[in-house]
Amino acid sequence: MGARVITITSGKGGVGKTTATANLAVALANLGKKVVCIDADIGLRNLDVVMGLENRIVYDLVDVVEGRCKLRQAMVKDKRVPDLYLLPAAQTRDKTAVSPQDMVALTSQLRGDYDYILIDSPAGIEWGFRNALAPADEVIIITNPEASAVRDADRIIGLVEAEGRKIPTSLVINRAKPDMIRRGDMLSVNDVLDILSTPLLGVIPDDEQIIVSSNRGNPLTLDNQKTPASEAIRDIARRITGAKVPIGELERKKGGLFRRLARLFRRSKA
Amino acid sequence: MDDSITLKGIKEGLLVTVKPEGRWSDLSGRLVTLIDAQGSFFRGAQVTLSLGPRELRQNELANVRKQLDERGVILKAVLSDSTATLEAARKLELRTALHVTELAEEQSEALELRPPPIDPEEYGSPGVMVKRTLRNGRTIHSEGHVVVLGDVNAGAVIVAGGDIIVWGRLRGIVHAGAGGDESAVVCALHLAPTQLRIAGYITISPDDKQRKPRPEKALVRNGRIEAVAWE
Repeated sequence: MGARVITITSGKGGVGKTTATANLAVALANLGKKVVCIDADIGLRNLDVVMGLENRIVYDLVDVVEGRCKLRQAMVKDKRVPDLYLLPAAQTRDKTAVSPQDMVALTSQLRGDYDYILIDSPAGIEWGFRNALAPADEVIIITNPEASAVRDADRIIGLVEAEGRKIPTSLVINRAKPDMIRRGDMLSVNDVLDILSTPLLGVIPDDEQIIVSSNRGNPLTLDNQKTPASEAIRDIARRITGAKVPIGELERKKGGLFRRLARLFRRSKA
Repeated sequence: MDDSITLKGIKEGLLVTVKPEGRWSDLSGRLVTLIDAQGSFFRGAQVTLSLGPRELRQNELANVRKQLDERGVILKAVLSDSTATLEAARKLELRTALHVTELAEEQSEALELRPPPIDPEEYGSPGVMVKRTLRNGRTIHSEGHVVVLGDVNAGAVIVAGGDIIVWGRLRGIVHAGAGGDESAVVCALHLAPTQLRIAGYITISPDDKQRKPRPEKALVRNGRIEAVAWE
């Protein structure tokens, strides 16, 4: 079997699936793993942009499925890291161009040669999501600490459960704002876990650097930059490989310390 | 057929009911004839005489007792709505009451001397059991009861003809007694539904998040849905 096929999905759009997929892929590759990313969002491809590989695409997923090229020809190698490839989505077609069976067949061709196959699922619960879910060994649900995102995540978890193959599911909470949580203006990690009762894989704090790096096509985890978000994503990558990295209060405690320091400074200025 | 006198087996023996219409001398004569005609069936029987509102004097009761006695039938008790009759019976040291509730039960049954067979089986009522959390978008429809071992998340819907029991948090939409049964209830360890319906009634959760969750039961009372402690 070889590779583990991990589908990254959310239900709701705009919670940071694609960015998380790109950064996780880079982080896993930096840990010495062989990684392929598949963009399953056919017609609305983004992963190539976030990874900065847009200009190197020749063939895409639909070309492979329809036999216009070999699988290897469509895969774009990221030269900045040892073993990272992207299988881009087609931009000119729609999701019905690929079937769930195609996805299973495609991933089984790749399984032997890689450690991780990450599939970036489109938002929604329709065809594209079905395509992304079909070959999954595991599912990572990305959500934000907001009622609507959590509601959609719950729906998605229900759909994954209804698949009947007992696919392990874990949760990443993205864009957490420790300050807002502390003030009670944002759902806390525990609030989210309370509702979703799904194992927590990690919490990624809100980080402006993520937006900057996505725009440049330069995933944060690429250079050994230490921002709160990149650290959190690296931790998640380590957890995926089986390392025991404690989750949790870390971000919140850090925030607490910063806040206390900030308060100190403010007081000394006054 | 003459139905002024009816006979029925009860736990205490025989219940003889004499209709209040007609002259007592005729009726008591008819009772004696009846006993004579049945012969051995009555021998040794303990008879309770039910007389309704009829007023009998002591000597009339004593007379009927004597006549029964001669035929091997024992007059044990007299039931009557008339205080005069009861008074007369008491003077003759006859009992004036059975266990009244039992009598009411017995009267509704046909002549049946054997007690009803005991069936140890408890049949209960049909329902659906769900042993996991019901997530957003999942629905359950059942004509019977629905039991969920897990949470019912916001966006999940349960519609049941009977009761709905949630061993967990209830945050979705539930409709118990959907066929119109207002005696249906909804129970949850933490009752915080988006919307709760019982039969034709509908309500939403009160907006007090500070309250400590406790097991609650929702039911229809005084024309509206109320939540009470579930214990």
